[in-house]
Amino acid sequence: METQVTQPGSAASQLLMGKGSSRRAFKDKLTQAGVTLGGTMVFVALLLIFFYLLYVVKPIFDGADVQPIMSVELQNNDVAALMVGSDEQNEIIYRVAENGKVAFYQSATAQLLMEAEVELPANAQVVSSATSMPSEQRFAFGLSNGQVVIAGINFSVTYPDNKRVITPSLRYPLGVTPLSVDGSGHSLNQLAFSSSSDMMSFAYQDDNKRWHLTRHEGEENMMTEEVEWVATSSVIDDAPQQVNQQLMTPDQRQLLLRAGDRLFVYDIRDADAVTLAQVIELDRAKTRVSDVALLAGASSILVSCDNGVVVQYFQVNGDTGRQYQAIRDFKNSAGVKSIASEFYRKSFATISESGELNLLYTTSQRKLFTETFDIKAPQQMGFSPRSNALVVEAGGRLHLLSVENSHPEVSWSAMWSKVWYEGYPEPQYVWQSTSGSDDFEAKLSLMPLAFGTMKAALYAMLFATPLAIAGAIYTAYFMSPKVRAVVKPTIEIMEALPTVILGFLAGLWLAPLIEDNLPGILVLLFMLPISILTSAFAWHKLPGRWKQRLPEVYQELMLLPVIIFVGWFSFYISPTLELALFGGDSRMFITNELGITFDQRNALVVGIAMGFAVIPTIFSIAEDAVFSVPRHLSNGSLALGATDWQTLTRVVLLTASPGIFSAVMMGLGRAVGETMIVLMATGNTAIMEWSVFEGMRTLAANIAVEMPESAIGSSHYRVLFLAAFVLFIFTFFFNTIAEVVRQRLRERYSSL
Amino acid sequence: MGNWFKSGSPWIWMTGGAVSISLIAVLGLLLLIAWRGLSYFWPAEIYQWELVDQQGVSSTIIGEIYDREEVPTERLISAGHKFKQDPGEMVTRYLIKTGNREFVGLDFRWVLATDIVSRSKPEDVAKMERTKNGDFYGYPLAIIEDGKRLALDDVEASFEEHIERAVELNDRAVELQKREIGAINYQLENLRLKERRYELDNALTDSRKLSLQAERDKLQADYQLLEDEFFALRQEAARDSVIIRDMRGEEVTLRLDSILDVTYSNHLGILGKVGHWFAGIGNFVSADPREANTEGGVFPAIFGTVFMVMLMAVIVTPFGVIAAIYLHEYAKKGPITKMIRIAVINLAGVPSIVYGVFGLGFFVYMLGGSLDQLFYPEALPTPTFGSPGVIWSALTLAILTLPVVIVSTEEGLSRIPSSVRQGSLALGATKAETLWRIILPMASPAIMTGLILAVARAAGEVAPLMLVGVVKLAPTLPIDMNFPFVHLERKFMHLGFHIYDVGFQSPNVEAARPLVYATSFLLVSVIVSLNLTAIAVRNHLREKYRSLEH
Repeated sequence: METQVTQPGSAASQLLMGKGSSRRAFKDKLTQAGVTLGGTMVFVALLLIFFYLLYVVKPIFDGADVQPIMSVELQNNDVAALMVGSDEQNEIIYRVAENGKVAFYQSATAQLLMEAEVELPANAQVVSSATSMPSEQRFAFGLSNGQVVIAGINFSVTYPDNKRVITPSLRYPLGVTPLSVDGSGHSLNQLAFSSSSDMMSFAYQDDNKRWHLTRHEGEENMMTEEVEWVATSSVIDDAPQQVNQQLMTPDQRQLLLRAGDRLFVYDIRDADAVTLAQVIELDRAKTRVSDVALLAGASSILVSCDNGVVVQYFQVNGDTGRQYQAIRDFKNSAGVKSIASEFYRKSFATISESGELNLLYTTSQRKLFTETFDIKAPQQMGFSPRSNALVVEAGGRLHLLSVENSHPEVSWSAMWSKVWYEGYPEPQYVWQSTSGSDDFEAKLSLMPLAFGTMKAALYAMLFATPLAIAGAIYTAYFMSPKVRAVVKPTIEIMEALPTVILGFLAGLWLAPLIEDNLPGILVLLFMLPISILTSAFAWHKLPGRWKQRLPEVYQELMLLPVIIFVGWFSFYISPTLELALFGGDSRMFITNELGITFDQRNALVVGIAMGFAVIPTIFSIAEDAVFSVPRHLSNGSLALGATDWQTLTRVVLLTASPGIFSAVMMGLGRAVGETMIVLMATGNTAIMEWSVFEGMRTLAANIAVEMPESAIGSSHYRVLFLAAFVLFIFTFFFNTIAEVVRQRLRERYSSL
Repeated sequence: MGNWFKSGSPWIWMTGGAVSISLIAVLGLLLLIAWRGLSYFWPAEIYQWELVDQQGVSSTIIGEIYDREEVPTERLISAGHKFKQDPGEMVTRYLIKTGNREFVGLDFRWVLATDIVSRSKPEDVAKMERTKNGDFYGYPLAIIEDGKRLALDDVEASFEEHIERAVELNDRAVELQKREIGAINYQLENLRLKERRYELDNALTDSRKLSLQAERDKLQADYQLLEDEFFALRQEAARDSVIIRDMRGEEVTLRLDSILDVTYSNHLGILGKVGHWFAGIGNFVSADPREANTEGGVFPAIFGTVFMVMLMAVIVTPFGVIAAIYLHEYAKKGPITKMIRIAVINLAGVPSIVYGVFGLGFFVYMLGGSLDQLFYPEALPTPTFGSPGVIWSALTLAILTLPVVIVSTEEGLSRIPSSVRQGSLALGATKAETLWRIILPMASPAIMTGLILAVARAAGEVAPLMLVGVVKLAPTLPIDMNFPFVHLERKFMHLGFHIYDVGFQSPNVEAARPLVYATSFLLVSVIVSLNLTAIAVRNHLREKYRSLEH
């Protein structure tokens, strides 16, 4: 610096702007460009956070897309189709006719690949056919001689010369030999069936219009390890004669018979004693029912009417046991000709006579896609195994349509309002993202998490705000500068304390402490203000010469021993009080006598621990605001005869109130986003209870727990990003308010 | 009294009370952590209790007092406990750490004071720290050297000597395993990747195959030699054992290679205890963790924390300083600059977990995934940079702490009187020269302050790291002796996560709790001292410019 000052002489300007000046000017320009570029890049990078979160979140709100890929002329379509479908890669599409003829077509070339036929015994004809759930790709044919053939579609994948070759074939899960179902050899009309590895059930109508149920139960022979099938049969006496549609649930517990607009639900858990469980009147708006289908998971029935309305029914626990109940409606503009449900998710597709295709999702009640294709008079429709394609038979052609439907289960309303999930007694807010079972439906309601966040923040603010603001006022206005210079940094240092440590102490030290000393905590709450007032009064009554002996600077510290004593005393008498008031166990008392659930890691613990984390934030900003109120304002007030307290409340606090407000906003922002304390000091159960003795699960803690396990790109992953985005927006909003208020205040102070 | 209330004086006292409560809370918290963390290393006295329980069965317990509490007698009676005589309203209950996990099932047990017949402090009882199954308490009786029982007068001295020998041999074996054998494994893995790369490029010729195979064979041979040496060391370490009488009165033989240290705490003098205390702290800071992190030291966590934070500081400082200079010196003063400034300040208040989510999605999956596609296709589908790692943690935390550095630097810049700038410009210096020669040197303490605050904040953050790179147990450090020496893609251990993991995820929380306090104390002392430094630097700076303004 010194050389800089001494170097330029009288001809400084000439010297400096002489030779080499262009290089220096260039350097100057370069620096300016570099700094500008660097600075702008940093701000762009920060902006990137916002847009990246948005970019990840956006797909969950996008609808689905369906595009026709190809269609192929059917060779042989004089018999109606039983089912249509494709393999996992959508390379081969197939059509199973009601007479057991199966045709496979190659989707790339639109050529017939192969035809097959289910092997039937001689002198028997197919009189009825049925399919099981789409995910099994299995079907059965009832024969005129009382036998049944069960067959399925099989795709075997081989890799000769590193190229994938898919070969379709028919498989017979029980062997080629037909299974005798009707003992007396009657023909099996209107078959419904369902099978698992150790049980098969068949329902059918005989020639006398009587309905039968036959169940085969397999038992493994200990010696030969072969499965032996034992059959049980019964007649369903009260079944309607004229049945339009018959369905059996894959768990083989229910048989559904639709006769016109009525659905008869039979309990077939006991094959010997079939009972009528419920009769549902499907017709509600004077329309005709056109089709009944089972949704994936088979807990729901979809009933489509000819006015285009599809109604979802599932069983709800009520006074009379589990009964089917209409849950929600989906309105389509045209009558539904055929319904197809996905293999695993709760999506389904409908198609109308005129070719209007709709993709819907039950739980989120979303209509994801609707468009009219040139597919007139559709007969059958089926999803591909990966739900990324639809196969539709219409007008003698088989159409293949690609389906892009990544996040149907998420919608704004499903995340923020009550949703009626299958198996639940009523609509609820539920967050349950994963489970062990396969056909589990993720329940992604953000409400319980947002509630938990608010609850944690509220209790923390209840604890922190009074302490921090009162402390800030005293420190800024009444404390002697010497003490203030020590006290302020001491409290502020707590802001830097890692929250993981606060969380650890809250969970492993404070939570058991509070649980063991509940009466003590209660006493402390009352004793603290009382003891402070008492010592203030004692000080007031103290003879003047005693007061003079104490150093005035440290007058503030007088209260420290009092508070420490009160704290110790409260815990000391806690067991005695517990014995006297709560029968020796206050926790039992709360649970049994008051009927309140008590978690060890509860909102009280979180409130205190997070309160500690928030205190320094609020304290620091509020203290600054009070301290920088211009002295001449308070001096004027005092000079006019106002007391200290009057000056404080009427002049200082009024002036500093925007600063205090901004301090509280900052504190709230911090409490909302705090992760580790909540993670460690609560049980992290997503419940919606305001009780101070129960825990919660917050958005932030939920992200920390579930993010590492969520599959990239899945709905769960994106919803967690949405949770992060909500947190980001929320805190950014509150901080902006606080910051703007603070800057305004600063300007006002400088003008005063 | 009424007048006194009217004067508002009680309310002033109440606000004073709020300050006092906050102060007590802060200091109490720090003291609690310090006390619990530091007393962990103090060799506790080992007692022997003779107990007679309510059924009249007598037993002996050897161990340390871990905790004590007063329990209302009524609660015990309602829980089915019967007392022979009335013990009064309260009964003292001791939590005793008895160790010997494999023999007694539980290494902690509650003992009622009413059951205690007598308590003694035997001189020759010892506590043995072991590699497995926690501590062991008992009376060492004799040493068995190479299968022969040694006839010794002074078991204690010989015991310590033999332990030292076994520990040294084991250390050498571990060193061998980590260094030499680890290096060979690393090279073998590299060879596999090299072969895979040739395969991907369709350049795996027969000659290359042969040379790779030759290299591999050579490494395998080396490996075999080292492995033999390793097992020889291990076997040598397992030569001796010790016979100990435990609290059941039975003689137990323990292999010496499972014992790390022995302490006869009851006849240690105060000096001996202090020595032991320091040794304990030293060991804690320098040793690797054992038994799912619940015992041993935290060295990898310290190393990981420091390395990650240093990496972060290297990234955040230039960007933060340039952004601050741009904002303060180059950007036009106007509503947009003001908005940017507010936005930057606000980013400091955005929850850290949001940065973690961003880091995971953007850095790890997007950036890391692309890097893997481009540069490490041979390792796929195993991700190299496409999974959480130390570099991504450092980057995430750099973004997180960027506002801290920007705000602090800008504050420093705004404290420099404009007369200084004007003086420099008036003397003919360009803006860049003024910046480089005058402004930056003067602002350097402010930059330092910002950096220290950023480091302090980064060292304490855990939530985002849980998503972008921290693990409970990292097999290798991010820096080792294998080329290229610094492995930025590796996962690392972290003190803060260590606290969370050991305190909340470990199977034996009771045994691990003191260790968590010790770790907490370590972390708190680092962060508090960093913050105090920052405050001191800031105050010094303010004083300096105050004199400059006048």
